[in-house]
Parts: sequence; C-alpha cells; structure tokens
Amino acid sequence: MIGAERLSWSYGRSEVLRAVSLAAPHGRVLGLIGPNGSGKTTLLRILYGALRSPTGSVSVDGDELHALPPREAARRLAVVVQEAGGESSMTVAETVLLGRGPHLSAFQRSGPDDHAAATQALARVGASHLAARPFSGLSGGERQRVLIARALTQQATHLLLDEPTNHLDIRYQHEVLGLVAGLAHDLHRTVVVVLHDLNLAARYCDDLVLLGRGGIAAAGPANDVLVPEMLEPVYGIGIERVEADDQLHLLFHPFTRVEEDATA
Amino acid sequence: MGVDTAVAPETRAREAAADVLGLRAMRRRTTAWLVGLSLGLLATIVAGVGVGAYSVPAGTVAQVITHHLVGWPAEQTWSAPADAIVWQVRLPRVLLGALVGAGLAICGVALQAMVRNVLADPYLLGVNSGASSGAAAAILFGFGAGFAEYALQATAFLGALAASILVFLVARSAGRVTSIRLLLAGVAVGYALYALTSFLIFASGSAEGARSVMFWLLGSLALAQWNVPFAIVTVVVLLSVALLTLWGRRLDALAIGDETAHTLGVRPDRLRLQLLVVVALCVGVVVSASGSIGFVGLVVPHLARRAVGGTHVRAVAVAALMGAILLIWADVLARTLFAPQEIPIGIITSLVGAPFLLVLIRRLHAANA
Repeated sequence: MIGAERLSWSYGRSEVLRAVSLAAPHGRVLGLIGPNGSGKTTLLRILYGALRSPTGSVSVDGDELHALPPREAARRLAVVVQEAGGESSMTVAETVLLGRGPHLSAFQRSGPDDHAAATQALARVGASHLAARPFSGLSGGERQRVLIARALTQQATHLLLDEPTNHLDIRYQHEVLGLVAGLAHDLHRTVVVVLHDLNLAARYCDDLVLLGRGGIAAAGPANDVLVPEMLEPVYGIGIERVEADDQLHLLFHPFTRVEEDATA
Repeated sequence: MGVDTAVAPETRAREAAADVLGLRAMRRRTTAWLVGLSLGLLATIVAGVGVGAYSVPAGTVAQVITHHLVGWPAEQTWSAPADAIVWQVRLPRVLLGALVGAGLAICGVALQAMVRNVLADPYLLGVNSGASSGAAAAILFGFGAGFAEYALQATAFLGALAASILVFLVARSAGRVTSIRLLLAGVAVGYALYALTSFLIFASGSAEGARSVMFWLLGSLALAQWNVPFAIVTVVVLLSVALLTLWGRRLDALAIGDETAHTLGVRPDRLRLQLLVVVALCVGVVVSASGSIGFVGLVVPHLARRAVGGTHVRAVAVAALMGAILLIWADVLARTLFAPQEIPIGIITSLVGAPFLLVLIRRLHAANA
C-alpha cells in the first residue's frame, strides 16, 4: 500500500504537481496517465523517493518513506526506471542479481536462493537465453525485459514502473503488463505504472490517475476515468470509446480539435 | 514477503545442474585469473628484485627474503652486498612499485564507475597536480623542512590534500557532488596547479632544481625505503582495496546510474562522497611516494574488466594484481634500459600505455558497432 498526501513539485517556476494525493492499495494496478509534461514520471519518482516533495508525504505500508533506511525501502519498493546504463560490462545475470543487493549484507555473496530468484525472474520475462550475454549488447526491448527481471528479483511487495512498454513489441507489451497485473492480482502486490498507451491502460490497470496541467484531472476505477469527457480536455484531441468483447477500446480522432481545459 | 519468495525446489535443482546464469563459469574464470595473477605477482617480485646492474639469482633472492622475514635459512650463504641490494635497495622499491600500481589501478576502477566514463583516470581529481606543486615547492624552495627527511613526500601529500579539497568544494553544490561538475572542477584545478608548478620552476631559476622536479613529475620509485612513507602507502593502499571490494555491489549499481542506485537501496550522493575521500587519500599517498605515473590507472581497469567482466568485486581484485605486476615491470625497464642511467618510470608506462589504450578503444568501437 502506497499512500501519498498533498505532493507538489516545480521545475524552476513551472509547477507540474500541485497538492496531489493518491492511494495505491495491495492487489491492484494503478496507472498514471496523462500527456507529455503532465508530471507522470515526476510523480512516480516522488513515490519511490528519488525526489522529495516539499509538501505532504509518501507512506509505504503505513511507514513514512523517507524515514526508512534506503535498503529497507528497496526491499519494499522495486522500480523499473528509464535509465539505459548501456556501457556497463556486466552480464545479464549479474545485472539481474543486483536486485538481490538490498537483501544481502556487504560481506555476503549471492547464494543459491538468490540465483534461483534471478533464474525464475528471467524465465518470467522470456529472457533466460540472454543470461550469460553482456547487458550492453542487448536490444532496447531485451534490456527492458532484463530490467523488469531485476525488479522482480528484488521480490518487493510494491512494484513501480516508468513506461515499461517502451521499446517492446506488441507481444511483449502485453506479456509484460499481463505479468505485472498478475503480480498484483495473484500475489497481492501493489503495482504503480506510468503508461502512455491508453488502450494498454484500459486493459491492465484497475485504477487510473489522469494527470493534467498541474495536478489530477481525474482519478478512480479505470472504467470511470477512460471516458471522452475526462480525456478530451486533457489530451486536446477527439476520443471515442468503444466497448466490444467485454473490453474497453479507445479510438482517437487527432483532427477533431477539442477545447483544452485550461483549469484542469 | 510474497509467495514467490519460496523458490520451487525444481527450479533450484535445475539451476544447480545447468548453471543457467553462467555464474559458475564466471566464478571459475575469476578464480583462474586471481590464482594466475597472484603467482605472477610473486614471480614478478622475485624477478624484479633480482634484475639490475648487479643481478642476483632468483634462488638467492628468495633465500634473502625468507631469511629476513622468518629467519630461514638461518645461515647466510650469500655475499653481504647481495644481501644489502636485495633487502635494503630493491625489495622496498619493488614492493612500493606493486603498491603504487595496485593503488592507481583500483582508484581508476572506482573513478570510472563513479563518473561512468571509461576514460576517467585517478588524476582526474587534480590530486597529482596538487602533489606536483607541493613537490616543486619542497625541491626548489625547501618547503616542508619541518618534516626533515620526509619533506618531499609530506609536502607533496599536503599539496594533494589541498587540491582534492579544492576540487571537492568547487564541485559541491547544495550538498551534492555530480559527476559532470566533478570532472570540470578536476580539470580546472589541475590546470591551475600545473601553472603554479611551472611558475615555481620558472621563479626558482635553478636548472638543477628544474631537472629534479621534472624527474619527480614523471614518476620514480627511487625514494623507496623501509620507512614511514612506505608504511603509510602500504596501509592506505591495502585499506582502499578492502573498502572498494566491500563496496563492490554498490559500485555496480552506481556505475549503471544514480536512479538505479537509488532504487537498489544505495544513496548515490553519499557513496560518491565516500569514494571521493578514499580515492583522494589513496592517490594522494601514492603520488606523494612516487610522483605522477601515468596510464596505469586508465589502462589497467580496462584490462581487468576484459578479464573478469564489469562486476566490481572481481574487477577491483584483478585490477590491483594487474597494476602491481605492470608497475614492477615498468620500473625494471626504467632502471635497466639505459643503465646506469635511470629514466622516469612514467615515460615507460605512457609509452606502453598509450598505444595499448588506442587498441582498446578501437576494439570497443568495433564491439559496439
């Protein structure tokens, strides 16, 4: 359970987040959506403590995030960030095993249980065959899957992902998000994910926070947020909602200009 | 913890049987390198002590050393000059070479991880420029006379310390030290102190003094003796190896990026500060004892990573051994090539190191293309 109260953030004089509060309970996938520059990544970074909001607070399972020792925080929160780290000359297996770092003391070497966790995580993202390869030699999509495997290896109760479907082809977009949603629904983890693709959000997120200018434009169950009346003012294009086969689909009409909501 | 913390027994069995992660192969490879390099270092020490204007056979070298260390063999069957040359002159010099090489190599590994740039070297922090200014002040103007026989080393170390503090203060902003600011501060302070050293040489008007300074700047192990500076270098280098090994996993995380480090429970800003202190101290002590010997701290980390990969626990240990071996041989060349004239060891390391680095860079590009 991640709770956030009255978060705010500004880059210089431009305010991206104002008094943002949200709750991400166990067992559900919370999606952060919104146009470019709406503060999705900034909000996520505040949620995992890389940034510290000058106002309000973030709590993890009831404990103030910034009061937790860093390694304890890393045992509770696993994060997939958008950071390439391409020049590292470690192998994929070594990269994934870094996820065990928060569980090992400085004097401890990784043991059979750690290796098994890494093996299992690599298998889950379909990257077992890459284990002995140098990480720097992987394609964008392979890297992304390996970074997700590292986060899984961390075996934290909360998983935060910043646009995890970047660089992934359509099949892996669905596999990765399906896996992540499974962690929430089957293993009762908390998942917070930044997504660009609203249709992926519709399919895999239980709850959504739609960020507009300066704050939350809408929040609630995905079904309630993904409606043209909410989305169109924020994105500034025409959006049509279609329901077929028990599944919500959004169609976009980029040439239909919509009055952007200046107050959102 | 969650349900999948308990790993299925069959997964573990499969892992044990097949080494699917390739970790066992990597560990075997690392062990082979460590054993090979350790034996190589021992052989290098014996050979390096034996070779010179007055050459001593390897057997005698080994006997002299064990005689002095553990009193065996008890009876001295070799000449007194051989004993003095091995124990008083060459052994401290060879061991100082090993320590200096190891120290520069591991500091190179640490700095390359810290600034995420494979072209970073231990002199990036301007520490050597500070030491040079200090040494020039001692040689040309008699600074540090209060330190008596250790005036040169002590003044050089004070210069190194002043330079690292200056770089640190310039690079620091709002309690943080970022990689890019550190690089820029190091370069700026380095140039300023280089100018200061040149000015000191110019102002002294002493040709002989200028020559001594130049010789020191290019590096030399000629000052090696069983004395206090030797003991300090030993302690500082060994402690640095231990610390960097202990911080291996954190270095791995930091080398990937600040954001990644943070998510793995490492405070990047704090680790960078700790590394800065260790590296500045280690390089400062090493440079004060031997002058600025180039290229070892730049090239050896590449060699180590090629040998055992980018995991820092392994890279640090292997780099330390490689640096030690490399520097001992460079010193052997420095004192034998134009014997009895001794040339600065920095000339050798740069002559060997530069083309080597070019080859590495070309391979690097070929691999990435």
